[in-house]
Amino acid sequence: MAMQGDFTQNLGKVYALYTGGFAGFVVILAILEQLGVPNVVLGYLFVGLTVGVYAMIGILSRTAQVSEYYVAGRRVPAFYNGMATGADWMSAASFIGMAGTLYSLGYDGLAFVLGWTGGYVLVAVLLAPYLRKFGQYTVPDFLGARYGGNLARFMGILVLLSASFTYVVAQIYGTGIIASRFLGISFEMAVFVGLAGILVCSMLGGMRAVTWTQVAQYIILIVAYLMPVMIMSAKVTGVPLPQLMQGQALQKIVALEQTLGVVKSHAAPFVNYDPLNFFGLIFCLMVGTAALPHVLMRFFTTPSVREARMSVGWSLLFIFLLYFTAPSYAIFAKLEVYQNVIGQQVASLPAWVGIWGKIGLVGACDAADAAMQFAKCKGITGNADGILQLKEFVIDNDAIVLATPEIAGLPYVIAGLVAAGGLAAALSTADGLLLAIANALSHDVYYRMIDPLADSKRRLVVARILLIFVALIAAYVASTKPAGILSMVAWAFSLAASGLFPALVMGIWWKRTTDMGAVLGILFGWGTCLFYLILTQYYPETFIGMFGSAETVAKMNAMIAAADPGLKAFLTKEATWFGVRNISCGLFGIPVAFLVTYVVSLITPAPSKDMQDFIDSIRVPRGDVMLAKGAAKAE
Amino acid sequence: MANQPQASDNAQRYWARTSGLMWTVLAVWFVFSFAIHFFVKSLNTIVIGGFPLGFYMAAQGSLIIFVILIFWYAHRQNSIDEEFGVSED
Repeated sequence: MAMQGDFTQNLGKVYALYTGGFAGFVVILAILEQLGVPNVVLGYLFVGLTVGVYAMIGILSRTAQVSEYYVAGRRVPAFYNGMATGADWMSAASFIGMAGTLYSLGYDGLAFVLGWTGGYVLVAVLLAPYLRKFGQYTVPDFLGARYGGNLARFMGILVLLSASFTYVVAQIYGTGIIASRFLGISFEMAVFVGLAGILVCSMLGGMRAVTWTQVAQYIILIVAYLMPVMIMSAKVTGVPLPQLMQGQALQKIVALEQTLGVVKSHAAPFVNYDPLNFFGLIFCLMVGTAALPHVLMRFFTTPSVREARMSVGWSLLFIFLLYFTAPSYAIFAKLEVYQNVIGQQVASLPAWVGIWGKIGLVGACDAADAAMQFAKCKGITGNADGILQLKEFVIDNDAIVLATPEIAGLPYVIAGLVAAGGLAAALSTADGLLLAIANALSHDVYYRMIDPLADSKRRLVVARILLIFVALIAAYVASTKPAGILSMVAWAFSLAASGLFPALVMGIWWKRTTDMGAVLGILFGWGTCLFYLILTQYYPETFIGMFGSAETVAKMNAMIAAADPGLKAFLTKEATWFGVRNISCGLFGIPVAFLVTYVVSLITPAPSKDMQDFIDSIRVPRGDVMLAKGAAKAE
Repeated sequence: MANQPQASDNAQRYWARTSGLMWTVLAVWFVFSFAIHFFVKSLNTIVIGGFPLGFYMAAQGSLIIFVILIFWYAHRQNSIDEEFGVSED
């Protein structure tokens, strides 16, 4: 393992060289473009080379050691673990979708920006240092050791699977979208190309390979995210600092909103969400962040408790770089639309409208037969006066980031860079999620619950087989293009928050928490959230029948009988508790879990002296972890 | 383990300090995650550098505070560890 030692000592040099190499590669492609090499070839080179590099890192990091496979040998310095966590965290949705959400929701969309950053404060203070001190391999491991064995472990695995599986399907779906768009191959084919990219990164080297690949992916994704909007800012305002200059642009937008008659002002709060849902969403996303196993497991890989704490800070700093830039994408795109698209002659629209219109992400729907030209215009009838009104313009959320290079009039090589960044974001998150799922199945289910005597060779074989198996199922589900997969991702946060957060936090911070309390807390918290999600989403009639007032039920029945077209809107509006949207079901699940855990713990006998010693030992950085009797030991 | 009572006394004070820091951090977290955004409408009447202040706090201000808060916490907790002699070697 001499090479690994060399490698971790020279991380700075290795990644500086890598970054320089990547910059050189982009310059070469830019020159090739000027020489007339077609865009499709550039697209192939971009995707091929970046995925090739990830694969190479994956192969070089192959390992036959259990602790290398599960926790990268606990040798990842805080700074690099921060980068890896950043890539692990930021998915295709953050990279491509978030700016679009901010574009369409304005201030209210900032709930996502706040929710997906503030949760790291909870990770840092409440969980990461203590999980690191505990020092085994997975989050269910902790539940098993703290709450007396396999029942708690099993509940943890159940929550993990429910939160992570739809999430990984969405990432593979995102990979397929990007790969098919830039390589011009079919979506189904692109999904399996993406799958190959994911597997080659993670299968041979487990956590070790995924860590070093994620660092490489972070560098590409952050460069790809910052570059276009910086050039855009320089073009519009003369200063390449979009985060600062968006203030000016926002003022122009506010002025234009009045002349164009926009009702929903960009900076005005609570236009799309009421305050309850705005703050409820922030709360669920934050608590969910602090409970998602693929994030928490990254903090098992640092060399010490001290480094684990620092590494949460680095993680958030690297995530922050992208999230505090996202609002400026939305603002510059909106300024472009209000200045140069709305109110213009349809014949003289900027070129990017046509380019992205062809792909079905933008629609200029003035002409009566606009839907022939723009797929996005389906169902919108323009007034055919030759001028594009606000109502006649539609743009997909995904188009905001993807189209910015063209809006700013940049060469294709920048668009290719953005695609490579989006791909890096999707692949890195998929890697982390797949590993979390496969490790839970191989380590927690197979080794801890089925065959505790399995030797390390056998355990790694099982881990790899399960990884391929889970990846294939996820890719298959993604290739069927399941409806609403993207909205399901947001559910993962509420499910993880309700299921895992209370059990993890109380297990560390309240010694009196008992096995039965935790198990029932997980069951009821997670159950409440799942019940609310499924019923309000898929069976709103049943939900109203159970909880609606007699008046509402009567109204619903009348509407069903009359086949009222407003029925769907009525059901969405009425099938709630207190008007809370089901994306924030953690607002019910989290308190229920805390309450059940608390009450049941008080009426069951206090944990043993052994268990109390165990909790004491994970609370201080120094010394050994004293596992309670009966709990399985690590290596 | 001869000085057991002292050791556990030390451990208790260590945990009290650690918990105190935890509550301080959570209080700051609560203010910048929720409390300050309750007043977004009034804050939006103040405009700095083109940003309505309420909008700015949600788009950037709170995020900056979160980053600083975590590094500050890590620093404080490390010095508590050293003070009580429980930091890793």
